[in-house]
Amino acid sequence: MKEQNNGSIGELLRRAIPPMTNPELSKDLWPQMLRRLDEPPSRVPWFDWALAALVAIWALALPQMIPILLFHL
Amino acid sequence: MELLERFALGDLEAFEALFRQFQGQVYGWILRIVRDPGTAEDLTVETFWRVYRAHARFRPEGNFGAWVRRIATNAAFDHLKRTRREVALVDDPQAAERPDPAVRREEQERIARAFLELPARLRVAATLALIEEEPYENIAEGLGISVGGVKTRVWRAVRLLRRKLKGLGTEP
Repeated sequence: MKEQNNGSIGELLRRAIPPMTNPELSKDLWPQMLRRLDEPPSRVPWFDWALAALVAIWALALPQMIPILLFHL
Repeated sequence: MELLERFALGDLEAFEALFRQFQGQVYGWILRIVRDPGTAEDLTVETFWRVYRAHARFRPEGNFGAWVRRIATNAAFDHLKRTRREVALVDDPQAAERPDPAVRREEQERIARAFLELPARLRVAATLALIEEEPYENIAEGLGISVGGVKTRVWRAVRLLRRKLKGLGTEP
């Protein structure tokens, strides 16, 4: 690894994007954390289930198309 | 029973104690990656939410700090993949008057933009290594890869950045 070259580009980067000096947390995040823990678990939307069912039916009906689907993923 | 053992069993009080102990550290780590205080706060909460959900997978004899840092890096990484954020540039009105052309604002903007276009996994490694100057061992621990893996990512990021800057007419 050419770390001396990294040094020069590192210097340029630090001028363009200054380092975060002493990033201190200004508040306690526990209340936010408690709210997050109290949230009900996110549910998968019905549309996603319908889409998954369509893909499954399509794959069962046309198994020779599965490699084409995988190629496009 | 030890704090970590109680956490692994899902004890909320143990989790709170660990949260209070590590929230500042996790926030600082995430802020170095995403570079936005508000986002870093949200991602700190997201990290600990993932931590709490995964409590049963944690081994009490393991290193909690390293485990949380890895989860925090993943949360920050997911965020960077989802969004393309703006980088706060140096607000330095005298920069254009300096004799060194490398510090000119226009060039800084070009460099920052080219850096933002790097793939997220290279950008995270390069941000921590080259901008924040974190020791490679810490980065490796946070990313869950070897020190050699970090060096490779940084090297690839630098190579890609040089190529992009050359294309933009800047020779670093």
